[in-house]
Amino acid sequence: MIELDDLTKQFDDFTAVDQVTLSVAAGEILALLGPNGAGKTTTVRMLAAILRPTMGRVSVAGYDVVEHPQQVRRRVGLLTERPGLYLRMKGAEYLGFFSSLMGLDADEGDRRARDLLARFGMPEAWDRRMGTYSKGMRQKMALVRAMLHEPSVLLLDEPTSAMDPHSAKLVRDAVLGLRHHRRAIIICTHNLPEAEALADRIAIIRRGKIIALGTPAELKSSLLGPPLIELRLAHSIDAPHFDGLPHSDGLPHSDGPHQDRVVELISDMVKIEARGKDWLRYSTPNPHATNPLLLQTLASHDVRVVTLGVVPRSLEDVYLRVVEA
Amino acid sequence: MATKIEQVREGTNEPLRMVLALVRREVRDTLRDWRIVIPIIILTIFFPILMSIVADLALNWVARYGDPIIGERLIPFLLMIVGFFPISFSLVIALETFVGEKERSSLEPLLATPLTDAQLYLGKTLAAMIPPLLAAYLGITVYLVGLYFFEDWSPSLTLLALIITLTTAEGVVMVSGAVVLSSQTTSVRAANLLASFIIIPMALLVQGEAIIMFYANYNVLWWVVLFLIVVDVILVRMGIHIFNREELLGRDIDELNVASLWRTFCEYLGWERWFFGRDVRRMPPRLRWLGTLCGLYARDIPAILRRSWLAILVVVIGLLSSIYIGYDFAASYPFPSDLLHLDEITIETFTEMPSMDWIPSLTFGWVLNNNVRALLLATMLAVFSFGTLAVALLIAPLAIVFFFVAQVASVGYSPWLFFAAFVLPHGVLELPAAIIATGMAVRLGATFMSPPQGLTVGEGWLRALADAVKIFTALVLPLLALAAAIEVYVTPLVVVWAFGS
Repeated sequence: MIELDDLTKQFDDFTAVDQVTLSVAAGEILALLGPNGAGKTTTVRMLAAILRPTMGRVSVAGYDVVEHPQQVRRRVGLLTERPGLYLRMKGAEYLGFFSSLMGLDADEGDRRARDLLARFGMPEAWDRRMGTYSKGMRQKMALVRAMLHEPSVLLLDEPTSAMDPHSAKLVRDAVLGLRHHRRAIIICTHNLPEAEALADRIAIIRRGKIIALGTPAELKSSLLGPPLIELRLAHSIDAPHFDGLPHSDGLPHSDGPHQDRVVELISDMVKIEARGKDWLRYSTPNPHATNPLLLQTLASHDVRVVTLGVVPRSLEDVYLRVVEA
Repeated sequence: MATKIEQVREGTNEPLRMVLALVRREVRDTLRDWRIVIPIIILTIFFPILMSIVADLALNWVARYGDPIIGERLIPFLLMIVGFFPISFSLVIALETFVGEKERSSLEPLLATPLTDAQLYLGKTLAAMIPPLLAAYLGITVYLVGLYFFEDWSPSLTLLALIITLTTAEGVVMVSGAVVLSSQTTSVRAANLLASFIIIPMALLVQGEAIIMFYANYNVLWWVVLFLIVVDVILVRMGIHIFNREELLGRDIDELNVASLWRTFCEYLGWERWFFGRDVRRMPPRLRWLGTLCGLYARDIPAILRRSWLAILVVVIGLLSSIYIGYDFAASYPFPSDLLHLDEITIETFTEMPSMDWIPSLTFGWVLNNNVRALLLATMLAVFSFGTLAVALLIAPLAIVFFFVAQVASVGYSPWLFFAAFVLPHGVLELPAAIIATGMAVRLGATFMSPPQGLTVGEGWLRALADAVKIFTALVLPLLALAAAIEVYVTPLVVVWAFGS
């Protein structure tokens, strides 16, 4: 649905987007992450046929953005970084104006506008001047404008910024609903949990170049290494009943740090990354085979395990690792 | 469902409907802004009523002193003023039409719609023009109604048509100029500052019109209307040509990058060295200048002349019009039959010229300096007048030449011999040099209206400037120098040989 091939955009001597190649299929959501000035907005503007690429090719919904800009704009819904509403207009007038520009007849435009406003929980916005809207309402109105003509491609720049949690959830649900309707969606955001929750794939852009691309799991795995597993015990690792545990040399232990005995039990199987009073974290290249064996070993030595789980790793860790690299 | 939606979209794609949708929105938005509506009301209702009262009082006052002509001239003048004042705030609307939307971040959603650049430009221009023009027509109506009641005065149909056409043409000039400014600047503040380029010429124009109105020479005002219509066409064409949605969003500050401009200019100023297919870099160093020279004269200058053909053609057409102007003036203002005695010309006629204070000495330096200064002045004026003043500056001296040719013919001399003796010897070089230099000047001015394909206005202008510099130094200047030498040392001999005793 969206194909970028070697896309480059230069402003005089400054390269804003540098040889970006990626694609987004119908029904897929791609989150475009990156620091301010990384080239996200310029990329989106080229996809919306507002800016012309300096080099490379962009195809949106089957149309080349340079050769058929109007066809592209007809099929793209763009939520801009700022709502950019005409504050003296009423919601109904505003949506009527954009539905008219998008080629919808008045009745069809009204029906869709009312449906979308109801879906976003603000039917009262229809008759109110937009200057009286709250920040969140303005953002939602801009989103309604972008979705009004049922575009096959949606480009959303910070879709839930300035929204309260309830409104943000409504918007996220709407975006997920669009995925089911086979729309291709690109979201530019700094809200990393939201990106992780919504996106099928993440692209991280810095200084105009895509520096990481993949599903959240793929990115975490490739950039943060194998998952970290946390083992929590019902007692402290150096509890007295460990005294009976055999040493690695087979002799009973009488003095010395007790926790070393637990570590000794599992250290051949996993790599210990960190440890505390009653917990330790380890990594293993093959958790499916290692974890059952590890539990079995601990149980046989009367070590009581409370929980064994994967330590959650956020997209923020991935992002910071990539961007700060 | 998707198919149905596509049908709705494709079936309703009428360009005019989209333009009208944009116009409706903009006009509605304008009329909701009290900062615009209040001046509209004042200038269209109160001001014309006040003017009709003033006209009535003035008429009665001057009638007491038996000089009604002042009052009679005042009424049409005020008619023009009540029409002009409301259109003055068209600038406020037009100046912020693009750049104001950009500042409020509402432009990008609009640019993301299927509106083409031309539709966007046209819609915005019409929207900025309609409220002030309607206000102007309303103001004129209110003034005329007031005058009808107070003085039982009504204008002739011709005067009314003139005032309405003049007001409309002025409105279009102001709006189309302001829209161009608005689409080329990055802030409303910058657009307002640059608006002086519209306000000052318009103020001068209105003052000129006021003088003409007091002379009641209304036919001259129709020429003003014609001039304004030409300017309208130029500005609208320029606006459509250089309007670019990418430029609107691509720049955030009006930065003048002198280093980058200089680099671009130097790039255009350079040319490829060439020497009859030989690799100039492998030629002996002392002969490489041949490659530079041949590259310039055999390749670069012909290429520049080829891409300047339209501008040169415009100059040639202007030159042809100078023949008509010269002959027309000669017919209107014929010399007395005994004024010209060409057969009395001797070589001293030329050498004694400096004894007349108002004629400078005919030296090589003076002739060359005079021609160079005139062409440089034409080039400078061309930049501020879309090239038109450069052509006018060439037409004027040539019209004088043909004025004399016609006068000479009217007293019995051969105009061909006169032209061949007085003009041709040096004119063979001077005229082509002047035509080419003026063509370059026209390009410098016209580039603002129509930058070359693929280049921005700035790039196009820098290329035209680099072309002008190369042509002037490498072609025009040598031709003018040769022509000056011929004019000083050869032409007098030819004249004396042809006519003298």
